[in-house]
Amino acid sequence: MTLGYLVRRLLAVILVLIVVTFAVFAITMILPGNAAVMILGEYGTDEAVAALERRLGLDKSWYIQYFSWVKGILSGDFGQSLRLSLPVADVVGDAFLNSASLAGIALISVTIIAIPLGVLAAINRGTVADLVIGVFSYIGASMPEFVTATLLLLFLAGPALGLLPAGGFVALTESVGGFASHVILPATTLGLILTAHISRQVRSEMSEVLSSDYIRAARLKGLRERRVIRRHALPNSLAPAVAVISLDVGYLLGGIIVVEEIFAWPGLGRLLIYALENRDLPVIQAITLLLATVYALSNLISDIIIAILDPRVRYA
Amino acid sequence: MPKAFRTAAGFTGIVLLSLVMTAAFFGPFMAPYDPQAFHPASRLEGPSFAHFLGTDQFGRDLLSRLLHGAPSTIFFGLGSTCIGVGVGSVIGVIAGTAGGWIDSVIMRVLDGLLAVPELLFTLLIVTFLGGGMGQAMLAVAVAFTPGMARIARSSVLSIRTREYVLAAIARGEPSHYVVLREVLPNAVGPIIVESSIRVAFAIMIGATLGFLGLGAQPPSTEWGLMVAEARQFMFRNAWTVAVPGVAIALAAMGFNLFGDALRDSLDPRQSQ
Repeated sequence: MTLGYLVRRLLAVILVLIVVTFAVFAITMILPGNAAVMILGEYGTDEAVAALERRLGLDKSWYIQYFSWVKGILSGDFGQSLRLSLPVADVVGDAFLNSASLAGIALISVTIIAIPLGVLAAINRGTVADLVIGVFSYIGASMPEFVTATLLLLFLAGPALGLLPAGGFVALTESVGGFASHVILPATTLGLILTAHISRQVRSEMSEVLSSDYIRAARLKGLRERRVIRRHALPNSLAPAVAVISLDVGYLLGGIIVVEEIFAWPGLGRLLIYALENRDLPVIQAITLLLATVYALSNLISDIIIAILDPRVRYA
Repeated sequence: MPKAFRTAAGFTGIVLLSLVMTAAFFGPFMAPYDPQAFHPASRLEGPSFAHFLGTDQFGRDLLSRLLHGAPSTIFFGLGSTCIGVGVGSVIGVIAGTAGGWIDSVIMRVLDGLLAVPELLFTLLIVTFLGGGMGQAMLAVAVAFTPGMARIARSSVLSIRTREYVLAAIARGEPSHYVVLREVLPNAVGPIIVESSIRVAFAIMIGATLGFLGLGAQPPSTEWGLMVAEARQFMFRNAWTVAVPGVAIALAAMGFNLFGDALRDSLDPRQSQ
């Protein structure tokens, strides 16, 4: 991998983020309901609204507002939450850590489960195992998070079994067991659809690789099947799997909004829904920008991993 | 029937799709009861001969509600996909045929929009437009547009250098002829395949918006809203959430299976 490639990819990410700041700003600018009116309620006097608008800088033209917003972000200042009277950076920071722990656990378990499942299905193509994995992946890919979550709650958190808490959050520093029991249901909900998606991709990549000439050559020269799979087939189907996983991060970041809302997990998603309901613009802007940054970075990282895994990737 | 639809997966897709489309077109006429009628004597009941899928917290017949909700749930997915695919394809074809700086600018903007996760994008637009069925549909369509534009563009780009297109250009055909008669008809395949899978996704997002209270509003019987309204009673009668939940999954699965079979039958690599 050349340094030039890295620099070009990094510049592309920065360009994407600049476009995102424009898009986020444009959407929040045209949101109905002036922020000052929202804070004061509908009975605020015109003078009070005008005074607050001046204080928040809402009376300035849009490009001055945009640049002061971007300038603030670059120095780590995301403004003040309109509803919570706290700096946005503090509110969003805590929520980010909670979301990251949930998303991280979901993503890691998905990777551990989905890749072997896909390989298993590809090796046993046309058998019962393949069929079961295939049916599972279609069911998983067709259930929205709120349906999965509701069904999981029904079976595992209901009065019949009552195995797991129906929602809420216990900090890892408080109690490891408490954290674990609260994270299982939301992480499973997030993971189901991704497992379905990734295992299907790995299966199709792996099947294609398994029917290639170099695998036939490896078999013909008398290598044991285990070695053919591990040393020849698997490494060559991993690069596309990494690409799919990084695309699915985008899906995960959307899914987390619904899942956190259902399981009362105090992360970015739940905060976002609260902010949307209350027109808390600075919080909405910060969360959107943050999620887009995470997504763009995950794509960058996956491109780098793919370039390392597959030397044939041209750095165009 | 093409070979891809004769496999178990393709066949299941066709069967599910026909069921779903029948419910979407004729559901309201097939319902045994008024979906809003209360049957106080039989509240939160499981399946019986009187109520095939049971009743909800007001004793309303779940099967009738499901059948009445089918059009809004399914046509939401179809409608938002059509708008998103239409607008996205036009943008993608413009970018792909124009090339140069127009292409670069369009692509950079699309990259930026694609960096915002789809559900988040949809939520932002719904909040901007205000909740409701039409607004939610438009929001999903807007969120789908960048992705579809990318696919349309790449499909145009791969066709632009084919010999028959070069031949048309060499013959001196006007550029609108080349685009409309040579490039577009051949670029349509991948777009149709992608959009049939997108419908599944649109149905899922639409139901999610209904569930969050940002899409269909009561007294609609949209399936996501049905799940949301029944949630607090689900431990007393699991059917209240299971019926609409499973219906959403089956509808999405129908479009997923159908789309995959369509892709297999159009992809020459898989046809042997």
